[in-house]
Amino acid sequence: MTGLLAGSLAGLTRTEVEDFLYLEAELLDAWELDDWLRLYTDDARYVIPCTGDPAGDPSRDLVLIDDNRLRMQARVERLNSRKAHREYPHSNTRHLVTNVRLGPVEADELPVRASFTVWRFRGGRETTYVGGYEYRLVLADAALKIRSKRVVLDMTALRPASDVAIIL
Amino acid sequence: MTMTAEPRTGSRCVEEDPAARRFRVRRSAMTSPEIFTAELDRIFAHSWLYVGHESEIPEPGDYVRRPVGGRPVFMVRGVKTGQVNVFHNTCTHRGAVVCRKDRGNAKVFQCFYHAWSFDSEGSLVGVPGRDAYGDDLDMASLGLARVARAESYRGFVFASFDPAVPDLTDYLAGAREYLDLVIDEADGHLQIISGTQEYGMQANWKLLVENSIDGYHAASTHDTYFKYLVALGTDLSVGVSGVTRDLGNGHAVLEYLAPWGRPIAKWEPLFGDAAKQEIGELRARLAAEHGEERARRMCDFNRNMLIYPNLIINDIMAVTVRTFMPVSATAMTVTAWEAAPRDELPEVRQRRLDSFLTFLGPGGFATPDDIEALESCQQGFASGGVEWNDISRGMGRDPQATDEEQMRAFWRRWRDQLDAGEDR
Repeated sequence: MTGLLAGSLAGLTRTEVEDFLYLEAELLDAWELDDWLRLYTDDARYVIPCTGDPAGDPSRDLVLIDDNRLRMQARVERLNSRKAHREYPHSNTRHLVTNVRLGPVEADELPVRASFTVWRFRGGRETTYVGGYEYRLVLADAALKIRSKRVVLDMTALRPASDVAIIL
Repeated sequence: MTMTAEPRTGSRCVEEDPAARRFRVRRSAMTSPEIFTAELDRIFAHSWLYVGHESEIPEPGDYVRRPVGGRPVFMVRGVKTGQVNVFHNTCTHRGAVVCRKDRGNAKVFQCFYHAWSFDSEGSLVGVPGRDAYGDDLDMASLGLARVARAESYRGFVFASFDPAVPDLTDYLAGAREYLDLVIDEADGHLQIISGTQEYGMQANWKLLVENSIDGYHAASTHDTYFKYLVALGTDLSVGVSGVTRDLGNGHAVLEYLAPWGRPIAKWEPLFGDAAKQEIGELRARLAAEHGEERARRMCDFNRNMLIYPNLIINDIMAVTVRTFMPVSATAMTVTAWEAAPRDELPEVRQRRLDSFLTFLGPGGFATPDDIEALESCQQGFASGGVEWNDISRGMGRDPQATDEEQMRAFWRRWRDQLDAGEDR
């Protein structure tokens, strides 16, 4: 599976960006995490602030996840192994992405906002994550890539979800 | 008619046989709704429980709201006195909560229901249409209710719902010296970093007590975390080597040579060469201030500490302050914060934040697997067929860091409190 090829960020339509986000969702739901990671740039960040602190700044505040590319890689290796006990066996997940909004291009980045629901089913238990995605997309070698994904949760606590061992 | 005395609840659940070097805990202690109810009455209603840290409310009128022992309370720095007040979060008129946000700053807490107003010291300062009461409304007796006891130990604020609970410093017993270590490491100015991790799990709360101070599970459960460190050049061959201690009153600690880097103050390759000098200077400063031996404990050793019954302060690859509360025999809520020296350099703070998140919290490389382990134990209990958990490890030797003496300290206190409750 390859990412989206594009001529320029400013020329992208919402439908094209939606296709790209749907691809990411599909890779996550299929647990194709190595392919998922290829959607990201080498200087990528994946951040989830604490519930109750949506503006949390990982350089200053405690957050839930603040992965640079190195830790994203480690997260993927962990989840691909049989020793990420919380996710072995893997949950069934369904990432639903909607309400996609493109912002004006800033320098070499296209800001994109979207709403999501992620369903997680495992061992007879179901949990739901609801919130907003904030992306910074860039063009690298004419392909669309994610430089930053910030996941802002609407839940007031990780209860009953208990953890974010899956990738949102 | 004489009845054969049934063993009391605590003693029925905790069986210690020193001669046989056997210590067992009945699994029903983790599954019984009756024992859960008894714990609320006999333990949580009579212990010192962690409310928060004074650094969370530095300015007059600053407040935080949270449940303590399952009850909604709030902690506010009084505008007049500058002191920390801990109030039951309920209007003295008809009961509605008066503090309705998790944190903020307020001079007045007004109940929205009938608009009674209270100041930050708890005094009732406003009652709309007061003339309807004639002269009979005793404003002075209708202030917000303070929790029975509230005390701070060097910034750590605790409350108790029992007016007869011993003073906090006596209650802390041997845990005081360990609290002092983590505070002195921070030059006396420890700060809770903004951001709260609020999660939970479907497991009995005492399993998280055990897990939070368990050196034995580290290598087996957290293999993926150790692989990550080793791949980045950390030498983990030292393993988990150290001691466990009963600190009195149910408090306990596991203290061991840090297998990984510490922001204060042990370098590891992950920190980068540039950090070497700065960490060396930090060590030298601590040694000059506290002496070689104490500085070595601060810099080279990890501590996982339980303050009975439900506060964990783990000074490991970062410092976490974690409290938890059962909502039933088989479920708990967990709230965790990160503590750090107030005046830390930004690059050291960033390293500390990274270290924390990589291991700790619901998105870390370790905590989710602990959650899985504890839920897995709880599911195993439901299978039946096995009546006891074994907590005997290390009874025949001076307790080492992978032994279970620290858990036995907790369970003995738990046993005695449950037993004593039946005499009340």
